[in-house]
Amino acid sequence: MTLRPSPAPAGRALGLAAAVASAILALLLLAGWAAPSWAIYTATIALAKGLVVLGLVMLLRMGLISFGHGMFYCFGAYVSGLLASGAGLTDALALTLAATLGTAALGLLLGLLLAGYRGVFFAMFNLALSMILYGALLKSVSLGGSDGVSVPAPSYFGLVPPDGMRSLAAYGFVATIACAAGFLLWLVSRSQLGLVLLGVKGNEIRLDYLGISARRLILVAYVLSAALAGMGGSLVAIVSGHVIPEMAYWTTSGEFVFITVLSGPGSISGAFAGAGVFEAVRLATGQYLPNAWQLLLGGFLLLVILFLPDGISSLARRRTGTADASAPPAGRVQGEG
Amino acid sequence: MTDQRLSLSLAAAIAASLSLAPVAGHAQETFKIGLVNFLSGPAADAFGVPSMNGGVLMVEALNAGQVPAPYDGQTGIGGLPIEFVQIDESGGAQVQIQRYRDLVEREEVDAVLGYDGSGDCLAIAPVADELQTVTIFSGCGTTRLFEEASYDYVFRAGAHTTMDNVALAHYIKRTMPETKTVAGLNQNYSWGQDSWRDFTAALTLLMPEVEIGPELFPEPGAGQYGSQISVLMRAKPDVVHSSLWGGDLEAFLLQAGPRQLFARSHVVFNMAEHVLPRMGEKAPVGLITGGRGAVGELRPRTELADWFYEAYAEAYGIPAVQGPFRFVQTILALKTAAEIAMAENGGTKPTDEEIAAALAGLVFETPSGTVEMALADGHQAIQGAAIGIAAWNDELGRLELTEVEHFAARCVNPPAGVTSLEWIEGGMVGAECE
Repeated sequence: MTLRPSPAPAGRALGLAAAVASAILALLLLAGWAAPSWAIYTATIALAKGLVVLGLVMLLRMGLISFGHGMFYCFGAYVSGLLASGAGLTDALALTLAATLGTAALGLLLGLLLAGYRGVFFAMFNLALSMILYGALLKSVSLGGSDGVSVPAPSYFGLVPPDGMRSLAAYGFVATIACAAGFLLWLVSRSQLGLVLLGVKGNEIRLDYLGISARRLILVAYVLSAALAGMGGSLVAIVSGHVIPEMAYWTTSGEFVFITVLSGPGSISGAFAGAGVFEAVRLATGQYLPNAWQLLLGGFLLLVILFLPDGISSLARRRTGTADASAPPAGRVQGEG
Repeated sequence: MTDQRLSLSLAAAIAASLSLAPVAGHAQETFKIGLVNFLSGPAADAFGVPSMNGGVLMVEALNAGQVPAPYDGQTGIGGLPIEFVQIDESGGAQVQIQRYRDLVEREEVDAVLGYDGSGDCLAIAPVADELQTVTIFSGCGTTRLFEEASYDYVFRAGAHTTMDNVALAHYIKRTMPETKTVAGLNQNYSWGQDSWRDFTAALTLLMPEVEIGPELFPEPGAGQYGSQISVLMRAKPDVVHSSLWGGDLEAFLLQAGPRQLFARSHVVFNMAEHVLPRMGEKAPVGLITGGRGAVGELRPRTELADWFYEAYAEAYGIPAVQGPFRFVQTILALKTAAEIAMAENGGTKPTDEEIAAALAGLVFETPSGTVEMALADGHQAIQGAAIGIAAWNDELGRLELTEVEHFAARCVNPPAGVTSLEWIEGGMVGAECE
């Protein structure tokens, strides 16, 4: 059996989804316009990090967890940062595309190596590779070493927003990219490819009997998740104006796993919501309890694990009281044979 | 994955971020500052917590009018009581940008003071200019800050790292002119690399006949230095240079002391002053160190310096080291500049533009002596350096730094308009050392 990448969803569903994505984007932009300026930056970062989480959610639906996705996040950020500071390219869209493609290429290279591994081996190999990138960046004098690289202010399609509008412009750009990526990923999740991905976690032997290579499926998903992480990293680089090797450090990767657990494997919007909640909780605890914020953040995660084992996205499901038949949450998919 | 319910969880995220409601306004006019330094992580014990303690002590003493001359005139800043918010610097540059924006846009602080991490300062500086908020850095020694860019609202009220290592080179020439071989033990990241580069450049200029021996670059956070100590013991260099700090430095001293490295070579450090009070009798005798400026026991014996040193010891039960000395320089720079601006504008609370204008080129008194905002169009401070040798003091029951050598600010800092490395490699032209 060969897999058609798309378009499995019927035309009407597709149209509806596109409308929903556009409506969400409009809502986000409106919220950005109305929100106080201090909330904009955190919201922007949350949307960018949500992309990385989205990649991890995709792997999680296959039963794979990566403790090293900071590597792709950091790689994307450095591709953007170095193109902007070294080559003078400041167009945000061009930088993001370059970083996404570059990170996808890195993902392909490493994916060929990693697609044969599962479980803790997959998680730890990713971690090891990310620490190699961290170590290399830390020691490289020409790439700014531990102090990192400053990224000049971006332009959008040839326009440079004035100082006062910079945050809002970045927010609008990131929100648009996030919604577009979310929509594309929704398409992937509804395609045959997206549906058989669940089989990797469910029962690999059955996949083999269907004539599908689990290894190749993992490779495809891995490249996609790497590209998403690179895209997120690139956006953070453009928005924050500075990249540092710590973006590849294991605590950064752990943070993304943390947000993935917080979000739950159930939905696309859940990934962004999880990132938003995480950033908001960290900011609030950091500002009001500078001496104890890590403790509170950890306690918060414990509470989520105890009372919301399927993450924040399960809240929405609980409220509406339905289960999505065509795409059950990965945690519930069980192999039988 | 879901579609119709997208908006629900999204709304939850927005609601969560909006729940950080702004704090209510205050009845009395105050001067509100954000104090930032490491309150957790490896730099917290070494620099962050002592810095913050010193900062809080200084703010409270200024509010109470207890600081001696020349700060005995007005309480607070120009009579306005100082209010402060403390922020933890740990978490990396991206998190710091987020917290900085929150400090300025939501807490609406009038100025932000602090930061010790070089990556953090490089990341915060452009944001400070974007938000047009006076920001005075305390540590983060990197020379890149003002040598690669220029900012309107960003200042550093303490010297950058070049001084640490140029002063060490002068110290070796002045007190150990017979030195023939020098080895290095520096961590393999920006700080260690920059320190060794500046030191060797300055030393080969001052003492061209010196031979540079083993150059060791252990990993940051290594903790184990057995093999490096063996290399140094075998090579027997006259001088060993090291920029280790914090926990790594303590580990090295604990391992190198019993192996008699300090009896065989003169081991010079640019920052080690800050671990001596913590280590007590466990620190090796004969260790030679500075602390970026005349800080702690290296301080000039002025009324202001002695008051700060004693008040800190009384409040926290341990002597003040370089962190607090550096940190209060930012507060005193802000106070001096804001009061100059108020004297010019008729006594109203000054704007960021007015404070920035007064800060550029400012000369002010600190517990570590006179500080002059001399470099980078008046945005980068220079100050005098001091280096001493650790000797046992029976009375104190711990090591203290003795035989202190002082170096004038203009001897160990580059003049305006030239980058540090160009200055050192170009022969340190314009240094005023006599």
